[in-house]
Amino acid sequence: MSIEIEAVSKSFGTFAALKDVSLKVPSGELVALLGPSGSGKTSLLRIIAGLESPDSGRILFDGEEATRRQVQERQVGFVFQHYALFRHMTVFDNIAFGLTVKPRKSRPGKQEIRDRVHNLLKLIQLENLADRYPAQLSGGQRQRVALARALAVEPQVLLLDEPFGALDAKVRLELRRWLRRLHDEIHVTSVFVTHDQEEALEVADRIVVMNGGRIEQQGTPSEVYDRPATPFVYDFLGSVNLFHGRVHEGTAQMAGFRVSSPENASAHDAPAVGYVRSHDIAIERDNAGSGGIKAEVRYLLSVGAMVRADLALNDGDRSIEAELPREEAERLKLKVGDHVYARPRKMRVFVEDYQI
Amino acid sequence: MVGEGLHKIERKGGAVTEPAWVRSLLIAIALGFLALFLVLPLAAVFTQALEKGWEAYLAALKEPDTISAIRLTLITAAVCVPLNLFFGIVAAWAIAKFSFPGKSFLITLIDLPFSVSPVVSGLIYVLIFGLQGWLGPWLQEHDIKIIFAAPGIILATIFVTFPFIARELIPLMESQGREEEEAALTLGANGLQTFFRVTFPNIKWGILYGVILCNARAMGEFGAVSVVSGHVRGATNTIPLQVEILYNEYSYAAAFAVASLLALLALVTLAVKTVSEWEMRQTIAAAETER
Repeated sequence: MSIEIEAVSKSFGTFAALKDVSLKVPSGELVALLGPSGSGKTSLLRIIAGLESPDSGRILFDGEEATRRQVQERQVGFVFQHYALFRHMTVFDNIAFGLTVKPRKSRPGKQEIRDRVHNLLKLIQLENLADRYPAQLSGGQRQRVALARALAVEPQVLLLDEPFGALDAKVRLELRRWLRRLHDEIHVTSVFVTHDQEEALEVADRIVVMNGGRIEQQGTPSEVYDRPATPFVYDFLGSVNLFHGRVHEGTAQMAGFRVSSPENASAHDAPAVGYVRSHDIAIERDNAGSGGIKAEVRYLLSVGAMVRADLALNDGDRSIEAELPREEAERLKLKVGDHVYARPRKMRVFVEDYQI
Repeated sequence: MVGEGLHKIERKGGAVTEPAWVRSLLIAIALGFLALFLVLPLAAVFTQALEKGWEAYLAALKEPDTISAIRLTLITAAVCVPLNLFFGIVAAWAIAKFSFPGKSFLITLIDLPFSVSPVVSGLIYVLIFGLQGWLGPWLQEHDIKIIFAAPGIILATIFVTFPFIARELIPLMESQGREEEEAALTLGANGLQTFFRVTFPNIKWGILYGVILCNARAMGEFGAVSVVSGHVRGATNTIPLQVEILYNEYSYAAAFAVASLLALLALVTLAVKTVSEWEMRQTIAAAETER
């Protein structure tokens, strides 16, 4: 089922959680709502579920008006950050709940309920824990039960609110890969909220980046990561270095070097900020290609297969972070205190916003 | 074994732990105080009640006025407790699960009966329904008796016992949050199914605790009931009022026999309260570990 959100606004008291947000989620896609806390992502998810109602705007399911539809009629599966399992029920009863509350006409028989719950238990690989209570499960197990419970009613849409937020790093990684595989199997339209960019980049078909109650950018993970539309998206996705300077008719003059910036061809000597990702900074021993900035290696930190270098620029009062593969660092024989040249391979220049 | 345990506690407490003799002294004082002011009077009630033997005890309870007092007390509790149970759950639900303007005012209002003297609570009803009161003449015209009759007693008791259940449930429901109910709704459950299958199991021990306290107070209330009852023998006396009458007539054995009923009620209340408090702590602890 596809979801359309049309010009939705929502305020809580004086706080505007959503400001005129419009979004389309095509049927069968797995979409991430990504943003910092307070960006409105959870409010949007709860409005789609019908747990909150928008102050203005419309929600359409498969092109049909659903704004006033009750939660129960929306056929959404909702997975909460803190699981919200029924604590007094066993795993089996938790998963069966959605089936047992159906009106008598459409309620499946006892045997059918049992079969369906056991299939779901198989799916979440917890077949032998059917009689446990939520308090007896680990965080990852609870979240899988919560997911099975939501799937039991065969929802048209699956909504997940920070589904892995309360789990430790390793379980988190396993579970999100599992969610991706699961989605590839059952293809239910899914929206999940996260503040973890890595999670969004890895799991989602599309990412919607939100900030301050608005959508900053939406696109595939590579679109959002490689071509951030706004400085905020640049800042939020991946580590990034900032350079200040001015831009004039398509050329940006930064401290120590200049780059071409065709998207700012109409700018006239405007103050500008250049964004360069850490892994887009090349470190060289000599300034052969020119355009390099003189820098001194201040710290070196090995993180797995990558080496992170903290570089003090020649003016001394600023430092940037470069990330390079370990072999590259070994080839350059980088040591703390070395004098090198840093060359931004790719820079995105934004004319500075006077509002900030 | 015991020494080992003590040793452990001492180490754990470190510098703040008092010497053993101070602790023993404090415990002794507390126990002595309890024995003197709580256990001794309770024991006295039963010894006095049984002073003239079982026969006299049972005879005192079988006396028609006493039976009528017991009946009225039971009726009062049977009306008050369910009503307050309903109001208490509704109020606690509204306060714990929704935010709305005037919420803190509502909480204060629920506490009102706690802060008002029971005598005043009784007088309020005399003022409203009494012959000289606002509705008195109209009620007399239509031959409806409220003051100096069972309805007045029930009204005054409802007022006095109103906060017990709501006050028990509000913190419990607040600690549990709204997520389980929301989960039930997204799974297609309607309001009643959500209440009976999700909310109720989580608060049932709190409800039992509240009901027990409410019931004990409804049966034992003296002040408010005394004002509205009129003390008509065999008609508008509840157990506490009957005890007072018997006592004032110097029939001590009978007075204590009837009083022993209330004392027994207190003991049962205490037992159920202990169990439900323990269960409730488990529920709250479970709610907190899940956060």
